[in-house]
Amino acid sequence: MKKELITLQNISKSYDGQLVLDDLNLFIRENEFLTLLGPSGCGKTTTLRILGGFETPDSGKVIFDGSDITTLPPNKRQLNTVFQKYALFVHMTIAENIAFGLKIKKKSASYIKDKIKYALKLVNLEGYENRMPDSLSGGQQQRIAIARAIVNEPKVLLLDEPLGALDLKLRQDMQYELIRLKNELGITFIYVTHDQEEALTMSDTIVVMNQGYIQQIGTPEKIYNEPENAFVADFIGDSNIIASTMVRDELVEILGARFACVDKGFGENAPVDVVIRPEDVELVAENTGTIEGVVSHIIFKGVHYEMEVMANGFEWLVHSTKMFPVGTKVGIKVDPYNIQIMNKPVSEDEEASTVNE
Amino acid sequence: MKNFIKRFYIGIIFVFLYAPIVTLIALSFNSSKTRAKWGGFTFKWYASLLQDEIILQALWNTLIIAFLSSLIATVIGTAACVAMQSMSRKMRALFMGITNIPMLNADIVTGISLMLLYISLGVRFGFSTILLSHITFNIPYVILSVMPRMKQLNPHTYEAALDLGASHVYAFFKVVFPDILPGVLTGFLMAFTMSLDDFIITHFTKGAGIDTLSTKIYTEVKKGIKPEMYALSTIIFIAVICLLLIINIFGKKSAQKDMRQDN
Amino acid sequence: MNRKKALQAPYLFWSVMFILIPLCMIFYYGFTDKTGAFTLENIMAIATAEHAKALWLSMLLSLVSTVLCLVIAYPLAMILSSMNVSQNSFIVVIFILPMWMNFLLRTLAWQTLLEKTGVINNILSFLHLPALNIINTPPAIILGMVYNFLPFMVLPIYNALVKIDKNVINAAKDLGANQVQTFIRIILPLSIPGVISGITMVFVPALTTFVISTLLGGSKILLIGNVIEQEFTRAGNWYLGSGLSIVLMIFIIVNMVLSSVFDKDGEGAIL
Repeated sequence: MKKELITLQNISKSYDGQLVLDDLNLFIRENEFLTLLGPSGCGKTTTLRILGGFETPDSGKVIFDGSDITTLPPNKRQLNTVFQKYALFVHMTIAENIAFGLKIKKKSASYIKDKIKYALKLVNLEGYENRMPDSLSGGQQQRIAIARAIVNEPKVLLLDEPLGALDLKLRQDMQYELIRLKNELGITFIYVTHDQEEALTMSDTIVVMNQGYIQQIGTPEKIYNEPENAFVADFIGDSNIIASTMVRDELVEILGARFACVDKGFGENAPVDVVIRPEDVELVAENTGTIEGVVSHIIFKGVHYEMEVMANGFEWLVHSTKMFPVGTKVGIKVDPYNIQIMNKPVSEDEEASTVNE
Repeated sequence: MKNFIKRFYIGIIFVFLYAPIVTLIALSFNSSKTRAKWGGFTFKWYASLLQDEIILQALWNTLIIAFLSSLIATVIGTAACVAMQSMSRKMRALFMGITNIPMLNADIVTGISLMLLYISLGVRFGFSTILLSHITFNIPYVILSVMPRMKQLNPHTYEAALDLGASHVYAFFKVVFPDILPGVLTGFLMAFTMSLDDFIITHFTKGAGIDTLSTKIYTEVKKGIKPEMYALSTIIFIAVICLLLIINIFGKKSAQKDMRQDN
Repeated sequence: MNRKKALQAPYLFWSVMFILIPLCMIFYYGFTDKTGAFTLENIMAIATAEHAKALWLSMLLSLVSTVLCLVIAYPLAMILSSMNVSQNSFIVVIFILPMWMNFLLRTLAWQTLLEKTGVINNILSFLHLPALNIINTPPAIILGMVYNFLPFMVLPIYNALVKIDKNVINAAKDLGANQVQTFIRIILPLSIPGVISGITMVFVPALTTFVISTLLGGSKILLIGNVIEQEFTRAGNWYLGSGLSIVLMIFIIVNMVLSSVFDKDGEGAIL
């Protein structure tokens, strides 16, 4: 396991009496691609700004490489930020933009020149030295913002919704670009986004946040397949979240029907939430499923059909490559491994999620 | 400490800008007729103001010219902004260039040029020449406050209204006008204020026999300002402050409402 | 098409009739004599000792007040843009509200404040400080100019400063710049359009004023504005007055060109 580079200890922050971050604890490893994911107002950007030094937490500490940097101003920190909407210096050429940090550090002219060349090559914009930021497209400006940050050889690059202003195709291209960059540079990326697909594609670790609390930390697979609560399940991809009862270990009663599952330790007859991904719902012939229902809607989505099936008073969202016309009576089956059991929200952290819903 | 310096600096500027205003208000209560010495507190200038036909006539002229000129300027300026929306870049730049001339040019030159125009046209100097001149320098203020609103406007809303069967006039007043209204109002108020405060252009275009408050004050400078003038200015100033406070209170309330809706 | 014409016609007519033609008239009168014959005499009249002196003094006083305005206004604009005051209430208090007190009266009030036995000198003598005797001198005129035109400098600079994206400043700090470096390399260059527009907004009225010099300079100090005003209202020599105005306009035009070069889309404009 790589060593911890940054530790956030008991960070709290409020604006005008409104708590934005509440006792947040998080560590970030060296060379990790970590994404802070959540809806707007969840505290992800504030966390990033605290890391960058643009905000000071009301309480708590930021430890960077063993030393406390909580109150260190941004210009003294070994991290650089790629800002939302780029924040390029419009009165300077591209070269001057990239050279900004290096000139402040009084690097030699030849060193700066080499660095500009290297950085522009890295972001595939060779020959743009003398252009002005205004003459570049959004995607190009974004690359310049990245180049401007990385020439300073930061140990950590902070990215604040860097792809938010780009169109879909460009966004997808840039995602691969960012992964490549991170691997080439071998530094830590801390990425803020509200786009779950972006987070799943790029991250080593995802931190799902809501209302100032961390909801879950884990790898993309873990977050997607084993959401710890209804908020995470609902925020990451489509899902069927159903209030159910855990009859005993490995058996759950969903909408009056009993399903085998693999989870244990919830106790007997305990109320739980169950998450089933739409692609994990299997539609079978009438009277052969665990639950019986009727197809109520169908939409062709390209890769699959998206259907809604009314069964035992719940509208199930189903993704399937097989087509069942509206009105077809079908049975529903779910593989035990695909049933994810979650505790009903009891702690404050999880309550936050239900409030927002 | 830093905050203290900031506040202190703003405080000094504030004193600098408002010291003369406080002086004038104090003078309006000064029972001595010369402004050089304080003769005790009195309301008598306020009483005699009501009897002073000449000052009241000048006040009336000032207000009616300010009102008419800003109203006409608002109509012409707003129409010009609407027209400019559908103009080519070059034409628009030309229009805006012309608009900027009275803004950037010296008032004295504008005043003289208008005076020469009226002389060569043989227009009799008086109320109408002042009004025409005020409209001229007011239009740019209207255009410059309506134009930014106009640019923010989504052009498709107008087209959408037409698509839904509205006539051009109906679509304009139902869809476009409400959106640019704040700009139009700002423009009107700016124009009104500018007209009220103008001296130089009025000075060159007024001719004998008619006075606004500004020109009246200017002719009184040599022999000494009548204290009634201070009383009148104080009344106007206090009235405007009260008006602003009322607007502010209502404005804040509606702003809070907006905030709540946003959440 | 007709609708568009109907909308633009009034303004087009107005601007030709009341802006362009009058300007042409100044040029016509400036380049002719009483018989209507072409002459450069009215323009050359600026070279006479009396006129040249007035122009020189006008330039000197307006330059000094422009610089003073800039020096006072920039920190003020910085402070205001860093505070969370709503833009509207600030503009109203600094800029609009005083205008409702007639500007001649406000300027005259400085007489009362500056007089030998006036308010300021009373305060100064109370504090055992030397008296300030500037009334009816050029410094009093400068004070009047700064007083009247300061808002025209504050507003454009303020507008330019608040337009700077907070993240751009953050980016500079993020890249290692300290406060001073951030100011010199980022904030100052980005506020230049506002500064230029402020300079034009102050310099032109200061250069051409005749009111402030009349009110605060006594009757002895003549600025170029006073000379022109007297040619029109007292001497009745429109030809000479126009000629001198043309000379004045050269400065104004230089100013306009400067401001349009630095401020292409009117970003720093007063509104």
